[in-house]
Amino acid sequence: MSQSTMTTGRRSVFSRPRAERGFTSWITTTDHKKIGIMYFFTVLVFFTLGGAESGVIRAQLAQAEMDLVTAEIYNQVFTMHGLTMVFLVIMPLGAAFFNYIIPLQIGARDVAFPRLNAFSYWMYLFGGIFLYSSFLLGGAPNGGWFGYAPLSLDNVSNMAFYAVGLQLLGVSSLSAAVNFITTILNMRAPGLTFMRMPMFIWMSLVTNFLLLFALPIIAVALFMLQFDTIFGSQFFNPATGGDPILWQHLFWLFGHPEVYIMILPAMGIVSEILPVFSRKPLFGYAAVAFAGAAIGFIGFGVWAHHMFTSAIGPVARSAFALSTMFIAVPTGIKIFNWVFTMWGGKLRFTTPMLFSIGFVSMFTIGGLSGVTHAVVPHNAQQTDTYYIVAHFHYVLFGGALFALIAGVYYWFPKVTGKLMDEKLGKTHFWTWLLGFNLTFGPMHMSGLLGQPRRTAVLPEELGGSVELYNLLSSIGVAVLAVSALIFLFNLIKSIRGGVASGPDPWDARTIEWLSDSPPKHYNFAEIPTISHRDEFWHRKYAEDEAGKPVAVPAGASEQHVPDAEHAEGDHDGHHIHMPDPSYWPLVMCLGMFPVGYGLLGPTPWLIGIGVVWVLMGFFGWIIEPVAEGDDDDPVVEDPAAPRSGVAAH
Amino acid sequence: MSTTETHDPAQAAGGHDDHHPGPREYVRIAIILAILTALEVSTYFVDFGALAVPLLIVLMGIKFVMVAGFFMHLRFDTKLYGRFLYGGLFGAIGLYGVAIVVMMFDAAPRL
Amino acid sequence: MTAGVHETTLGLDHRKLGMWVFLGSEFLFFGAFVSAYILYLDATAGGPGVEIFDIPFTSISSFVLLMSSLTMVLAHNAHVRRDMRRMRLWILATAGQGAVFLGGQVFEFTVFYKEGLNLTESPFASGFFVLTGFHGLHVFIGILLLLSLYSLTFTGKIKPNQDLKTEMIGLYWHFVDIIWVIIFTVVYLIPDLAMEA
Repeated sequence: MSQSTMTTGRRSVFSRPRAERGFTSWITTTDHKKIGIMYFFTVLVFFTLGGAESGVIRAQLAQAEMDLVTAEIYNQVFTMHGLTMVFLVIMPLGAAFFNYIIPLQIGARDVAFPRLNAFSYWMYLFGGIFLYSSFLLGGAPNGGWFGYAPLSLDNVSNMAFYAVGLQLLGVSSLSAAVNFITTILNMRAPGLTFMRMPMFIWMSLVTNFLLLFALPIIAVALFMLQFDTIFGSQFFNPATGGDPILWQHLFWLFGHPEVYIMILPAMGIVSEILPVFSRKPLFGYAAVAFAGAAIGFIGFGVWAHHMFTSAIGPVARSAFALSTMFIAVPTGIKIFNWVFTMWGGKLRFTTPMLFSIGFVSMFTIGGLSGVTHAVVPHNAQQTDTYYIVAHFHYVLFGGALFALIAGVYYWFPKVTGKLMDEKLGKTHFWTWLLGFNLTFGPMHMSGLLGQPRRTAVLPEELGGSVELYNLLSSIGVAVLAVSALIFLFNLIKSIRGGVASGPDPWDARTIEWLSDSPPKHYNFAEIPTISHRDEFWHRKYAEDEAGKPVAVPAGASEQHVPDAEHAEGDHDGHHIHMPDPSYWPLVMCLGMFPVGYGLLGPTPWLIGIGVVWVLMGFFGWIIEPVAEGDDDDPVVEDPAAPRSGVAAH
Repeated sequence: MSTTETHDPAQAAGGHDDHHPGPREYVRIAIILAILTALEVSTYFVDFGALAVPLLIVLMGIKFVMVAGFFMHLRFDTKLYGRFLYGGLFGAIGLYGVAIVVMMFDAAPRL
Repeated sequence: MTAGVHETTLGLDHRKLGMWVFLGSEFLFFGAFVSAYILYLDATAGGPGVEIFDIPFTSISSFVLLMSSLTMVLAHNAHVRRDMRRMRLWILATAGQGAVFLGGQVFEFTVFYKEGLNLTESPFASGFFVLTGFHGLHVFIGILLLLSLYSLTFTGKIKPNQDLKTEMIGLYWHFVDIIWVIIFTVVYLIPDLAMEA
């Protein structure tokens, strides 16, 4: 908060910025809510780009033997589509929710390291810009999103941008993971034990642990790729005895946990929404939580199922087939829990609820086709066909994206204080569901009929039915585009003139709804004390003898007084010390551009400039005053007092 | 972990306990580490036969635990820190162990 | 936000907890490089292999790095006792030993290079140089951190009561040291033995 810095007196380059609104306030912000909003809008931009790329792909494949784009462009487009959707859309959209929702749901005022949080955002943005700048600088990566060596070593595949760009995005996610793990472990409101945490917090915790342990692996793989492509090392070069399979192992050691990194936040969101709109607590809370943790663990032990047709040997194939089938168990547990949460509940089919149900059903389809991949002989037939494409779109689009959109509709009133238009929302849902199934449903069939992935032209010899399926897919993308426009229109319309939502539009269960909507920058005037799972619900309702919820009359419970009323009077928030804004995360991240472009050449002087720049940003970061002008340790202690009886001065 | 723990202010100030070893103990530990290192290097000069590799691994483990336990204060700090350190270590050993085994026993044809 | 530790859920400082979380993930980082190195021990493409190692030389630089952990912990101990003069001295000693280690590594790389082992020679060479190089980078960052810590004690940014900052950098430094304990055995000693056998 700026109140503290204003008393500091003399300002220097190291003083903290103090704008509270306008452009400067956004680029210097350390407020988790503003950063979450920035993540969201950046994701929208990249989602548009990734969507446009999918449009190009489907237009090219709408009929057999088309030549709308060259094979070179086609390869760049499908590679960038994959990279965009995985690293620039689904993951950061999850991060947007982590940012906005985690502190609110655990009753904290911000994350543990607010400046590191801003750093993560800028790294993400600049990593994305860096990747996309490749289109203007000699062509985008075209070796597929998993960049298999030795193709990725060859200059024709432009993978240098891939190696450096993903590294930047990895740094962003790793620092975010450290931040959120610390936040969830160490900043929970009094009384918020693990078994009282909202399910979204549980799933976020597991996701961030996955990020923490999976990202270093891809970092190493990318460093090796960088050294191979840029400095001529021999990690993956078979000519001198290098082994391309090593890349596959390292990539999928990261890549499979990555799948759960994308789906677990979605599962968390759905586990929040279904109970609210079923008016029932989450069925089998502990089972859902531990199934999530189990998915996290087992998720590290199944990576080689992506490599069944590579040289890994029959023993490994059998072992990984087993572990892959095994991981379907915790996933299945979750699906049963969601279904039983709805069972016998008073369902309200609002847009977030529809998207959540869409998630459960579409994800189940994707999960079932996933289990078929675990069967090795079957897998050998399907690998690199459109059947695989259908499968992972059912889990990532039908799964993760449906749930994330449900989250957008659900928490929109929290962020803006307004409701999204329900009518447009429902139109969005039904067109989205239709377009999605029309696009990816037929791919199961065309894949089983033998249509290979990643080919720029649909060969005529595959026959008329494959052509029909492809045409249906292409029509589906057009439906999806219209649907996305409806969503965008709804979003803009509701931001500008949505109906006021009030503090608790959904009759929600968790404590983020205890604060104002939109929340004040300090979130809670008074940190709530938690005594129940679904704390907010328990403050609103007591149970009668039959176990039915009965509203607690206002004032009957001392804890029931809404936060907004608290905030009047004494608690106007001025005494709450909030982290100050800072320029340095942005300055430091800007230095990554010279480093990144310098590495491509490699151009040593450019790397040098970048490193010096980053170091300067780092020193600015540690030198700038953190609180009350001159001290960053608000520990009340006489600085000169020795701790154990030995005089210092 | 159920409620916010309140430490007494003297401890909370730095998260330290008073039973940390002093410089004398640290030097003693360093001397032990030095002896262990000398023992490690001796395998280069003296032939230990089949015992050499297990010996080296055990010595490495002891050195690791000593540095982590005393110099990084794991023995005196909350168990949680140790869980992160050893969780990361054994996680890495497990994952990469399996990966190496898979690769060694059915690698692609080599030159 | 730097709240007092008594306000946190676990009663731990955010920064220290965050540092430990980060260090846990670093094993996965070095582990991947070590795995690649082990995998490529024999992939020398006709060039030099592990016989090129000068074990006595590396033992000395390893020993220096190990002892730098002692001076690091003494610096922290001095800081806890508010003895800033000693603390500065030990910090400089630690950074100095780190520099000696790095110098040794540069020397070693140069010798190897002259003897025909270079990055582009073979998968073995790539694995060795990139693994030890990234460790060297960690040492280098550690030296930068130590020197910053040293300088900032004069500006009032590191106060006598802020021994946590020394402790954090110490944690990083010890971590880099224990990684080298592993590398020294797994990368140098054991392959060297195995080759002789």
